Amino acid sequence: MFGKSWRRLAPLAVLPALLLAACGGSGDSDGGSSSSDTIKVGLLHSLSGTMAISEVTVRDSELLAIEEINKKGGVLGKQLEPVVEDGASDWPTFAEKAKKLITQDEVATVFGGWTSASRKAMLPVFEGNKALLWYPVQYEGLEQSPYIFYTGATTNQQIVPALDYLAEEGKKKVFLVGSDYVFPRTANKIIKAYAEANGMEILGEEYLPLGSTEVSTIVNKVQQAKPDVVFNTLNGDSNVAFFKQLKSAGIGPDQIPTMSVSIAEEEVKAIGTEYLSGHYVAWNYYQTTDTPANKTFVEAFKAKYGSDKVTSDPMEAGYNAVYLWAAAVEKAGTTDVEAVKKASDGIVIDLPEGKVTIDGATQHVYKTARIGLIGDDGQIKEVWASDGPIKPDPFLKGADYPWASGLSS
Amino acid sequence: MNGFLNQLPIGLSIGAVLLLAALGLTFTFGQMGVINMAHGEFIMVGAYTAYMLQDWAGHEAVLAALPVAFIVAGLFGVILERTLIRRFYGRPLDTLLLTWGVSLILQQLVRDLIDNRGVQVVAPGWLIGGADLGGIRIPYNRVFILGLAVACLVAIWLYMSRTPAGRRMRAVMQNRELAACSAVRTDRVDQITFFIGSGLAGVAGVALTLVGTISPTLGTKYIVDAFLVVVVGGLGQLRGALIAAFALGMLNSYVEFWTNASLGKVLVFVAIVAFLQARPQGMFVLRSRALT
Repeated sequence: MFGKSWRRLAPLAVLPALLLAACGGSGDSDGGSSSSDTIKVGLLHSLSGTMAISEVTVRDSELLAIEEINKKGGVLGKQLEPVVEDGASDWPTFAEKAKKLITQDEVATVFGGWTSASRKAMLPVFEGNKALLWYPVQYEGLEQSPYIFYTGATTNQQIVPALDYLAEEGKKKVFLVGSDYVFPRTANKIIKAYAEANGMEILGEEYLPLGSTEVSTIVNKVQQAKPDVVFNTLNGDSNVAFFKQLKSAGIGPDQIPTMSVSIAEEEVKAIGTEYLSGHYVAWNYYQTTDTPANKTFVEAFKAKYGSDKVTSDPMEAGYNAVYLWAAAVEKAGTTDVEAVKKASDGIVIDLPEGKVTIDGATQHVYKTARIGLIGDDGQIKEVWASDGPIKPDPFLKGADYPWASGLSS
Repeated sequence: MNGFLNQLPIGLSIGAVLLLAALGLTFTFGQMGVINMAHGEFIMVGAYTAYMLQDWAGHEAVLAALPVAFIVAGLFGVILERTLIRRFYGRPLDTLLLTWGVSLILQQLVRDLIDNRGVQVVAPGWLIGGADLGGIRIPYNRVFILGLAVACLVAIWLYMSRTPAGRRMRAVMQNRELAACSAVRTDRVDQITFFIGSGLAGVAGVALTLVGTISPTLGTKYIVDAFLVVVVGGLGQLRGALIAAFALGMLNSYVEFWTNASLGKVLVFVAIVAFLQARPQGMFVLRSRALT
């Protein structure tokens, strides 16, 4: 009976796939032919799925940077030509699309990714093809691929300063809540090591499957544990459910504040200010950051995408990535990957978050840590900042972090 | 202790969501034997109906959307039944793949036509927050969902047991041939059943907007759970769906409380597999004189 049905339905099973391919696979590229007067660059973010809420904005700011650079005459006298692909919040898709950009479109470099899971999925593709990826989001550290530049914060530029701040404020009892994948789990490993060495107490550690919205049990556990602060490494849509549930459970920032490392201006707008006002976030840039370059950036972004748009740290890091790569290419005089890598060391540019320097040894950048408080207007006010840009230390090997010695092994 | 008691309303509310999502399936799957993978997308259609109504109804969109989503999702169901499923009665495997294809198409349509990112429906002010009942926190939105699930259940039960149309529906479900011989227009009854079943999915979708973000893949999150409820409860059994939904809700709630979210899910599945090994027909069995 089965065999018969299978034969009959075989053509039907193919039908939806065909239809999907017809409407879904909109080709952004025009094949592999790279004309000599443009340089192709790949943009690879999730434009659909659970991560799209965040990643679309990074693509937008990268496109803005490309447009600005093109207006000023391009790179090496050539216009940049963006090739946009959708990672679809699905890690194997990221690897697949990265491969397509490198081998088929022959892009000079790729700007892309958000979740560490997507970066980990793309890493072997870039290393195998000796191609460059610029990754624009804060992450959990403990990584240093020779073919990835990290323009977001590593742990000693975001999570560690956030913990320093909490310790300064006397918040010693911490509850860890995160999405169940590599970034929150590694970040929490670091937080636990820090806590042990600095007399903080971890009251609980809970993970939610990525995209899950059933958060009431976790909120109940938080409520029972009564921590001084919740350290939140949730990502994507789960944040919306988490903060809504906190509010319905009657937990406001006055009772238990949260410190989030994945919620920036865009997410505040999406989740709703009424749920987030009074909670803390840790980043390296806010829309309110006071630099001349940021004023230009915010104005240009609003002019291009609408006055109701906000700018955020990952958007700024993505924007920075394009400029930093362009500067390295100009310095190298070629888009050749090895030459660009060599030229990148010590490049300094004025960018929205301040002076940004590439550290050639780690392929990370120097960043100032900033703790912000979410206000009623949805903007984030800086309440604390580190003394100047912090040298990146992805493996926390420096003398300042003796407690981290067991982590990188 | 408080933590333990707090899990009680959480379990109830998970159960209520499961019941709402599964209620429609007890008809289309349980009674008509159609494995409708697009049922989850009818849930999504309901949720997006609430989203679309926001422009017009503002903060009360959730209330306004309940009847509208019922009709919209119901119509989607009828169209699907008339155009495709009708031709595949008695071929469950074909229907499964067919409706799965339809579900992918519906998801893609939402991505292309509305928004490929998650969107939100603003809850009415009176559904935000909660009350303290002897140290147990009762969030209003969960009470609303629970009330809605119970109301739908009662309405369906009344329809089935007290109206001529409901009687015809039961007749077709118990013995299609005999019902046809007794001048019941079975194809008309099928349409109505599909309309109600899909409409209930739409109502479930509206309720889900109170819990979290809605996205094109909203339905896929719930479709498996909904089928589990129907299978565990026994095909076509309102009573079974009711008990199974709340049993699974409670199980989810407490297992997660004692372990964690990821492991909790695994343990619940293990429990269901074990249960179905012992009782493959589910909690309750439809008694029928049909020869099938």
